[in-house]
Amino acid sequence: MNWLTNFVRPKIRALYTKKDVPDNLWHKCPNCEAMIFHRDLEENLHVCQHCGFHMRLDADKRLKMLFDDDDFQVIELPKAPIDPLRFRDQKRYTDRLKEAQAKTGKSDAIRVAHGKMGGIGTVIAAFDFGFMGGSMGIAVGEGLLAAARLAVLQEAPLVVVPSSGGARMQEGILSLMQMPRSTIAVQMVKEAGLPYIVVLTDPTTGGVTASFAMLGDLHIAEKGAQIGFAGARVIEDTIRETLPEGFQRSEYLMEHGMVDMVVHRKDLRETLIRVLDLLSRPGPSAEIVTLPKQEPEAVVAPTEAESIEDLTAEPTVAVTSDTPGAQPHSGETLEPATPGDRPER
Amino acid sequence: MQTFLEFEKPIAELEGKIEELRHLTDTGDINIAEEVSKLQAKVDRLLRQTYAKLAPAQKVQVARHPNRPHCMDYIEGLVEDFTPLAGDRGFAEDHAIIGGIGRFRGRSAMIIGQEKGHDTESRVRHNFGMAKPEGYRKAIRLMELAERFKLPVITLVDTAGAYPGVGAEERGQAEAIARSIDTCLKLRVPLVATVIGEGGSGGAIALAAADRVLMLEHAIYSVISPEGCASILWRTNTAAAEAAAALRLTAQDLKDLGVIDRVVAEPIGGAHRDRSEIMTAVGNAIEDSFDELRGLDGGALRMKRRDKFLEMGQKGLS
Repeated sequence: MNWLTNFVRPKIRALYTKKDVPDNLWHKCPNCEAMIFHRDLEENLHVCQHCGFHMRLDADKRLKMLFDDDDFQVIELPKAPIDPLRFRDQKRYTDRLKEAQAKTGKSDAIRVAHGKMGGIGTVIAAFDFGFMGGSMGIAVGEGLLAAARLAVLQEAPLVVVPSSGGARMQEGILSLMQMPRSTIAVQMVKEAGLPYIVVLTDPTTGGVTASFAMLGDLHIAEKGAQIGFAGARVIEDTIRETLPEGFQRSEYLMEHGMVDMVVHRKDLRETLIRVLDLLSRPGPSAEIVTLPKQEPEAVVAPTEAESIEDLTAEPTVAVTSDTPGAQPHSGETLEPATPGDRPER
Repeated sequence: MQTFLEFEKPIAELEGKIEELRHLTDTGDINIAEEVSKLQAKVDRLLRQTYAKLAPAQKVQVARHPNRPHCMDYIEGLVEDFTPLAGDRGFAEDHAIIGGIGRFRGRSAMIIGQEKGHDTESRVRHNFGMAKPEGYRKAIRLMELAERFKLPVITLVDTAGAYPGVGAEERGQAEAIARSIDTCLKLRVPLVATVIGEGGSGGAIALAAADRVLMLEHAIYSVISPEGCASILWRTNTAAAEAAAALRLTAQDLKDLGVIDRVVAEPIGGAHRDRSEIMTAVGNAIEDSFDELRGLDGGALRMKRRDKFLEMGQKGLS
């Protein structure tokens, strides 16, 4: 209006707001409402240290938390057709997409990466709930297929971490078609004889639960996550009664036989590594093998130069040679290590 | 008794008039026969015009029409020696999903479909066509049985969706649907699905991950009901008509998107106006689909089915 409102008032306001603590330093636990310092929150993997509430993690934090120290690479996902239905509700779907992309800096609700988990090459696909509720449209379906193909190519286990409200309505029937498509992704991994593990996190509902998320070889649920098919409100409207305590929570699902275990986030990585090791390295664990014992018998009559070469090659071989099948690449390094195999010299 | 939809009011009025005139005939008036045939022609024209350009929201109404033939009507009309099979062998028999073996056009087949019921009693008995996990697990069992005896599978989809209830959640509604999709995709025998009325979300795709997906001209198939979509995205139930249009849930749009393989034409005025005509049309379309799939062995069927779904979504609306 005038100089007072346009100039003076904002200046005065700015004076006050400057004194405020930047709001990203303290977080409020959505469950117990305790204030948590951001560094504590990071340290506790976004679990409230007061009440143990597991807050949602974005895909990048999830990948960082699961893989060995930054030992992973995010892969670029195939471009999916944008807004095939030209969908518009009160807003255009393309605008909603752009908003979500600006907010998260991601192209869609899924991130796929490969790397090592406890030394085991693993492919992980993680959802971003912050991107339109982690909803599954064509891009997410393509992401899951890409993850499955990569796992098959690398002969690595696939771990999927859904956090999703379900299908992406704005892609209509094509989002529904991601249910069979993601199921095909699971079949590819299973047919290749590789472990497929689902880590159910808050929330996993709707079409996501009713497809790839319930087809895991193992279902690991994070504590207190909401997991279900129909939304609680829809069920309440249908049956017209209040829902039982803890309904559709991880613990409840375990009681009803739908998940193998409920795990605290701090134990998640360790649990995954343990089960992956047990499933993909059926032989005796690699660390148990003592190197020198095998050595003297194996060496028959190599020349001096060769025996030195063998000794230097041995460590990498010995670790892998006791786990045939699980580590297909070990065959290449195995060959020169056994001197008997080289009669031509 | 004929039920008329709201947009059919002019037709209902004309048909009422015809009915009145027919009663008058009994009193001996001669010109009435002529009048009736004139009116009938008008009704036919009006029906043709109305049904040729049904709005998506109107199609939703036709797809849910109480007189529309349902799963058991088609079984009765198309399958000889139908022998219903019951139970998931784990928990219960779910009457929302009908399944059994029978002879379709001379050949043994497995038939599975959702039944909505036609009156209050049967609707309650069939839970309005909304299946629980045991229903999907029965479907899985029957599909596997079909595979064992190399019987082709016919599924008839007609459901508002899988049942949302506490018990259904506890027994793993999501898991049952996921496994059913998985089983459809793994099947080593031909699988032809027909959306005969309402194809409601996960509850529908559980039986429709098929080699051929057929859809009746006025059937609908969607990821969410228009009412549900409206209440979430428009935050009001009154926007259901807009949601129906935005979702592209008509057979014509879905054919365009490459999600379904064939649209089966309905009699003028909808399937409920001429049951024998729609039976023949659906039967022919299913038979054609099986003919197309003839000669493919289990592995080839599976691979082609998979490829079909993998290619889906690359094509937008034309």
